[in-house]
Amino acid sequence: MIGALWNTLQTAPDQGGGDPLFVFGLNWGVVLIVAVKVLVAFGVLLVATALMIWFERKVISDMQSRVGPNRAGPWGLLQTLADGTKLIFKEDLLPDRADIFVFKLAPYLSVIPAVLIFAVVPVGGTITLGTHTFELQVSDPPMGILFVLAMSGIAVYGVMLAGWSSGSKYPLLGSVRASAQVISYEAALGMSVVTVVLVSRSLSTRAIVAAQSNGFWHWNLIRLGFFPFIFFMIAITAELTRPPFDLTEAEQELVGGFHTEYSSIRFGLFFLAEFMNTITMSAVVVTLFFGGPNGPIPHAIPGATIYMPIVYFILKTVAFCFIYVWFRAALPRLRYDQLMDLGWKRLIPLTLAWLLMVASVLTWRWWGLVMLPVVVVSAVLLFRANHLGSGRSEEDAIIPVVGRRVTGAPRLTPVDAPHGGDA
Amino acid sequence: MIASLLATPVNTGKLVVPHIRYLSILPPMIMIGGAVLLLALASLVSRPLRVRVGTWGTVLISGTALGISLWQWTDVGDHGAHTYVAHAVVMDGFSVLITMLISAAMLVTALVADGYLNREGVEGSEFYVLALVSASGAMLMGMANDLIIVFLGLEILSIALYVLTAYNHRRGASGEAALKYFLLGGFSSAIFVYGIALTYGATGSTNLTQIADFLAKNVLLTDGLLLAGVSLLLVGFGFKVAAVPFHMWTPDVYQGAPSPVTGFMAAVAKAGAFAALLRVLLSSFGVISSDWRPIIFGMAVLSLVLGSVLALRQRDVKRMLAYSSINHAGFILLGVESARASGVSASLYYLFAYTFMTIGSFAIVTVLGREGDGDHDLTRYRGLARRQPVLALAFAVLLLAQAGAPFTTGLWAKLQVVFAAISGGSVPLAVIAMVTAVIAGYFYLRVAVLMYAGGDDARADAPQPAGSPEPHAMISFASPEGAHANVTTINDELLMTGEAPAPFGEDLPSVLPVPALTGVAIGLCVGVTVVFGVWPSPLVDFAHQASLLFLG
Amino acid sequence: MLHTTLLLASTRPALPDILVFAASAAVILVGAVGVVTSRNPVHAALSLVMTLFGVAVLFIEQEADFLAAVQIIVYAGAIVVLFLFVIMFLGVDRSEDVEVEPLGGQRPLAYILLGITLAGILAMAATSHWVTGAHQVVGPIQGHITASSSSPSGEVAQLGKQLFTTYLFAFEATAALLVIAVVGAVVLARRPPVPQDSESERAEGKLSS
Repeated sequence: MIGALWNTLQTAPDQGGGDPLFVFGLNWGVVLIVAVKVLVAFGVLLVATALMIWFERKVISDMQSRVGPNRAGPWGLLQTLADGTKLIFKEDLLPDRADIFVFKLAPYLSVIPAVLIFAVVPVGGTITLGTHTFELQVSDPPMGILFVLAMSGIAVYGVMLAGWSSGSKYPLLGSVRASAQVISYEAALGMSVVTVVLVSRSLSTRAIVAAQSNGFWHWNLIRLGFFPFIFFMIAITAELTRPPFDLTEAEQELVGGFHTEYSSIRFGLFFLAEFMNTITMSAVVVTLFFGGPNGPIPHAIPGATIYMPIVYFILKTVAFCFIYVWFRAALPRLRYDQLMDLGWKRLIPLTLAWLLMVASVLTWRWWGLVMLPVVVVSAVLLFRANHLGSGRSEEDAIIPVVGRRVTGAPRLTPVDAPHGGDA
Repeated sequence: MIASLLATPVNTGKLVVPHIRYLSILPPMIMIGGAVLLLALASLVSRPLRVRVGTWGTVLISGTALGISLWQWTDVGDHGAHTYVAHAVVMDGFSVLITMLISAAMLVTALVADGYLNREGVEGSEFYVLALVSASGAMLMGMANDLIIVFLGLEILSIALYVLTAYNHRRGASGEAALKYFLLGGFSSAIFVYGIALTYGATGSTNLTQIADFLAKNVLLTDGLLLAGVSLLLVGFGFKVAAVPFHMWTPDVYQGAPSPVTGFMAAVAKAGAFAALLRVLLSSFGVISSDWRPIIFGMAVLSLVLGSVLALRQRDVKRMLAYSSINHAGFILLGVESARASGVSASLYYLFAYTFMTIGSFAIVTVLGREGDGDHDLTRYRGLARRQPVLALAFAVLLLAQAGAPFTTGLWAKLQVVFAAISGGSVPLAVIAMVTAVIAGYFYLRVAVLMYAGGDDARADAPQPAGSPEPHAMISFASPEGAHANVTTINDELLMTGEAPAPFGEDLPSVLPVPALTGVAIGLCVGVTVVFGVWPSPLVDFAHQASLLFLG
Repeated sequence: MLHTTLLLASTRPALPDILVFAASAAVILVGAVGVVTSRNPVHAALSLVMTLFGVAVLFIEQEADFLAAVQIIVYAGAIVVLFLFVIMFLGVDRSEDVEVEPLGGQRPLAYILLGITLAGILAMAATSHWVTGAHQVVGPIQGHITASSSSPSGEVAQLGKQLFTTYLFAFEATAALLVIAVVGAVVLARRPPVPQDSESERAEGKLSS
């Protein structure tokens, strides 16, 4: 069997091309290009993650008027390396009541989706080497953006299973929160992506970027009217359980949340995944709403068409990494009921309304604005129904309400009261 | 911003949306739309909606659907039967009649449920929403011309019914019944989908007309795939119509569900599922009828025999009616088995008669169930005629109609399916059916006699059956728990003569109030049953015409 | 028809296709067996995810990228996560004791039925003529090369077109199914009414307020 594959590789004519993957058949050139792309992307992502950890600690320190890491390397740049080395050599603890297999599996389930998402992000333009023209992107599958959604959806498995397999209460609470949170925000996330897909008319990330070329006013951020971007940012932050949606690890309530029982390199992997996610999601936001590697290219400089897009992409991504860090420094963590309220009662109706507006304007041009009164009326009705519903549930206790307000008392209720009892 | 959005090129030219003739899908649209409106209303008024509002809303909605289906009838009469909306639905006499039947069933159920919901103090709006959407699912099954629509209808119907079964939180039995129904129903739906997939693999289409075309034009050398698909579809249908190898859920669910829901479920689920079964088998797989007729034959025999025999042993009226509904399913399968137009019209007529008989019966059971809806022991019916003569008479009429007594629709229904079976060449089936009709007649009559046998005060007047009661049985009745534990040991005669377990305690009123709307519903059901039983020709003609207009 | 049959006879799937199919089929089967045999619900759910991933790979192998992605997003990303949520939330994640059989003889009967069904399915698959699903023609992929141009990618566009033409009514009827599912879930999630005494208290509270 392998021999046959070998023969295919040997005999396939070099038809040139490189992307899309393997379309022109297998040959050594293509295999090499793909392998190099994968390795480079993986290596760069790892280094970037190490830098991201440093960056986050430095920026937060700055915002909190501290110095932050400053011992290892210039400006503490090598701090992450030192931490990583230390983590590897620490004792690997396995809790007594842990489900060993799942406990060991969970960290990998956390890291792998984080790495994979980056595969569909277009980093730059195209490069031609000999007969091969390939894209600066590991892969450009036709359902590219859905791949991002899929991976961000299953990234939660790591968190969930880590908490459950630890065989301990606090991590379990973290897991329960994680699963509920991810499901709650998935719909809003999907619908805000759909608006992008509607205007780009493709699911491929490269096509989405191409649709935003020719000036920043073509960026989806502006074409779609800012809101889908905001919705997407909120939803993806919640999906990745980054602050202020990091209820899964809420250290004040849950000790360390899902990773309480983890130590050594297994903990390191969770740590790695979290920061890698920050980078990949910044990259995805840039791709979807900020034109990815698009930007003005000075043709006078030789080779600018190759590296300027990469520079633009990196600049934009770093800007978003900074915004994520800023979120973490500035925003207090949400309470659980606020999280659910935001997801179900606000974000989903809002994204749905905006999606309807975008779709109707795209289809009916100016007549699409007819949808505006429809949306407004539905919003008013929904608001009234919500209002009445919460009032009724308070007086009739028909629906068990999470963190329900006690009449007359201030709005400070135990956050996880309904879970503490059950789980 | 809008300007840049407007500048985006959009390609809308290529998609040609199929022409939609709204008349063909108006009844289910009205049911679903009405349900959504009711739901919106319930969530937008500051107080919980009163039950009466929901009742009248539902009556209005289903009445409108009924009116629209009459309009459809004249349209089909004028223009003939056609498929609409990209051949996904069909509007022919058959589908219109099913739609009418379901609208009528919904209307009557709403009237029955009003009294029940008020009595039990349960919130009503969601009940009606669920029932309306459920009915629309049954309508979809009746008009479906695509296996996918059949499946969607089946699911819409079923999911609402699962929830309706558990609607009354105060009844523990309801929750259990709903869980059983849900698990088994979900499993049968999965089998049904698998059947659709295999049929698609064998014929290349899910559209019933195209399947029929394919089978007419191609001879399958190896038809294992097709047969497997059809038999899996039959499993799914068999579950929904409660035919015997797939009937296990029926007694528990009928007993556990709130009584109005049981009536609704018995009528609407059966109507929808039989409609789809008839259409799928006759219009798509008519060519291979020699393959599926033996299966239907077997299902019919088992349903007829087991339904009637097991009903004999039941002490709980709802369980008894559940088994009797299995028996009825067997009768309707007679019409399916004949695989001819006369069979279709006979099955339709039977469904029509059955719907009113069963909803009426369960309406009376609802009333007699007292508050809590738990009082369904047969002994409670003793002497009902003394206390509430009108109610007893109505129940007796409905039971006799189910037994197939003359001057009721039940007789004509049974006669027609039997004649259809004979004309289809299945004489043994017809004979078995008639024998089980006699057995079934016995347990229907038993309840009727029990009601007229007199209460405590008039036990002497009770007609003594042959053979006097044995003393040890009297003892077993003295403790109700023991009696329940030994259901299988109970002797039928004892129910008429044995000591009732403290039938009328001090706290229970001996005369139960019949809510006005429930009374109207019972009156309607009895009226239809008797009027069309005495004067059968219009309804028989109607069903006959519907089967003539059957597109298949 | 004739055309397809000829292709069936003349083209054999390429080696990479066979390798991918074998690998994902193995994953699917192992996962499926794991779902049934796992004593622990969480392990069963994980095996289910494995099966779903295998199916997604098969979809990709069939060039149904969209279906593959949706399979992962909907099933692995939402439904199984919901399963796990319920399992963890209710604390039913202890291994079931399946040694006690409430009805004797079920297990051997199940094995016998399983054997018969399996044999039936295999026989059916081997002998039957499938109208759909003719093997793919070997050659460069059509349509995907232009994926990065502004035209919508072929598969999604086709699916959308089918949904809004042939299956328009089914698509719309699904709305009713979703509505009923939501209403049903809310109705079932309602707490059973509180006992009588506190209910009368509430009634008084309502009157006074």
